[in-house]
Amino acid sequence: MQPIRILTANIDKPNSTSIDVYLEGGGYEMARKALTTMKPEEITQVVKDSELRGRGGAGFPTGMKWSFVPKNAPRPTYLLCNADESEPGTFKDRVIIEKDPHLLIESMIIAAYAIGSCPMSYIYIRGEFHYGAMVLEKALAEARERGFLGRNLFGSGFDFDITVARGAGAYICGEETGLIESVEGHRGQPRVKPPFPAVVGVFGGPTVVQNVETLACVPFIIRHGAEWFKSFGSPKNTGPKLYCVSGSVRKPGVYEFPMGVNLKELIYEHCGGITGDRKLKAVIPGGASAPMLTADEIDLPLNFDAVMKAGSMLGSAGIIVIDESVCIVEAVWRLAKFFAHESCGQCTPCREGTHWIESVLDRIERGEGRPQDADLLLDMADNIGGKSLCALGDAAIGPVVSSVRKFRDEFLHHVTHRSCLPGTVRYRRLRAGAVAH
Amino acid sequence: MAGLQPESPYTKERFADPSKKVEFPPEAKKRFDSILTRYPNKEAALLPTLHLAQETWGWISPEVVHYVGELLDLSPATVFGVVSFYNMYNQKPVGKYHLQVCTNLSCMVNRAYDIYDHLCDRLKVHPGEVTPDGLFTVTEVECLGSCGTAPVVQINNDYHENMSVEKMETLLEKLK
Repeated sequence: MQPIRILTANIDKPNSTSIDVYLEGGGYEMARKALTTMKPEEITQVVKDSELRGRGGAGFPTGMKWSFVPKNAPRPTYLLCNADESEPGTFKDRVIIEKDPHLLIESMIIAAYAIGSCPMSYIYIRGEFHYGAMVLEKALAEARERGFLGRNLFGSGFDFDITVARGAGAYICGEETGLIESVEGHRGQPRVKPPFPAVVGVFGGPTVVQNVETLACVPFIIRHGAEWFKSFGSPKNTGPKLYCVSGSVRKPGVYEFPMGVNLKELIYEHCGGITGDRKLKAVIPGGASAPMLTADEIDLPLNFDAVMKAGSMLGSAGIIVIDESVCIVEAVWRLAKFFAHESCGQCTPCREGTHWIESVLDRIERGEGRPQDADLLLDMADNIGGKSLCALGDAAIGPVVSSVRKFRDEFLHHVTHRSCLPGTVRYRRLRAGAVAH
Repeated sequence: MAGLQPESPYTKERFADPSKKVEFPPEAKKRFDSILTRYPNKEAALLPTLHLAQETWGWISPEVVHYVGELLDLSPATVFGVVSFYNMYNQKPVGKYHLQVCTNLSCMVNRAYDIYDHLCDRLKVHPGEVTPDGLFTVTEVECLGSCGTAPVVQINNDYHENMSVEKMETLLEKLK
């Protein structure tokens, strides 16, 4: 399969963030078309027909999400753009934000019109993306100056403006309701659902939260139609998709393909294979939360349904490649440490369990593990999964359960030999640690 | 991030000193007023106001917590709850250059821990401490969303990508 340039068409142009470059490529024409010739319901319908699914991780059908928004709600409707991008292994939205901010702004205008948004909307960008926030601010100022944001856009009577809301370093704010809480100025602790954000969201109004890449697909659907969009990929898994490849590959980076590129082909042909010609050990196909696949399992198309069938998930398409020199226990420990750090502290199983998993993995890695530790990990995972409000608990156990099941021998080797497998490297320096005995 | 919080929640440093009043300089005050116009209520302006405060003073001291609370009609406890939830608000002073090394999986397999350990050794600090000359603080941070150009070190607001121990060394010399 050959790479395509649709969402990434502009990023290599010189000065790609300027509004003039964007306008030369037909920029803001689709927003004009949508606002002046289409009804909001028509836009929602064409997005529904295109079978566009959310690119943030859950893969929820976008058009359906929009149609849940009640008309004539007592409070204003909001559109929030999720640019929190904190999933380890994911760096696709950053490309759009930093290289083609006007695409995102145009997409938001169309989406806001379709859901009947109030004139105030927010791009929630993670705090670390300081440069991205500056690029967006500049682009927003340009768009306001040219009349693409503000009052009465394109003479349609639709008022709309966007504010950049910066996060401050919390993975959980990428979760829909955590993001809403954070925009409201609270700790980003997810809410109980229902009510779903489409009914009661930010500031009490109906709210649609969409990932950057999902929104960026919308102007192309308006321009070329739903059938064109469906010509990429397979039924229910349509459209162009950005894949982020990182870890032990020769050419890491963001690659754009029609949805469903083969994972093996992506790693070995497009990314130049494994660093140092080493053997592949495992692949995480969808960001840190996705269960691992072994080297034998990677001959599969990267779309939502196929990866799900293989026992993992496409998630945000953050593909992390792990070669044979990496100690799987250390790799999983690092991810467990991440989840323990990022658990918001609201639900007991997740708050306590993620720390227990981290410390048990730590002791196995130090050569202080016990024979029953592998089963202990599975047991602990069993008591976290499905027992928390949001998906963080389930995400935290994804890599743990899959690696214990698929690499049990390596875990046992640590316990019996009190060391890592021969030929694997330990990356961190062991300090005297707080190990649970 | 671990290391940036006082060891005990009951230390004296946690409490505001009434004799140390803080106030935004006029320029920052103007920016604060424009932040308020972007949100339907005052509370929602808390995160950007804290960002502004950190830009102004470098860290969020207990006095700043009280001041921000007064500005936004929030209790100091509410403000502190938010400050301590998010990583990026420094609850202790940091060096002029805050070296934040990502060590998450993609950076780890590209040897980020070597950079992290090298920085701690070289600058003779524990994570979160400020060097005696007040220039550097080293912390380990979670994924910075730059895995394709791993390992990455964020220095204050700027990303430095495709780093190595050697490149870090050159950069340190430049910053000194």
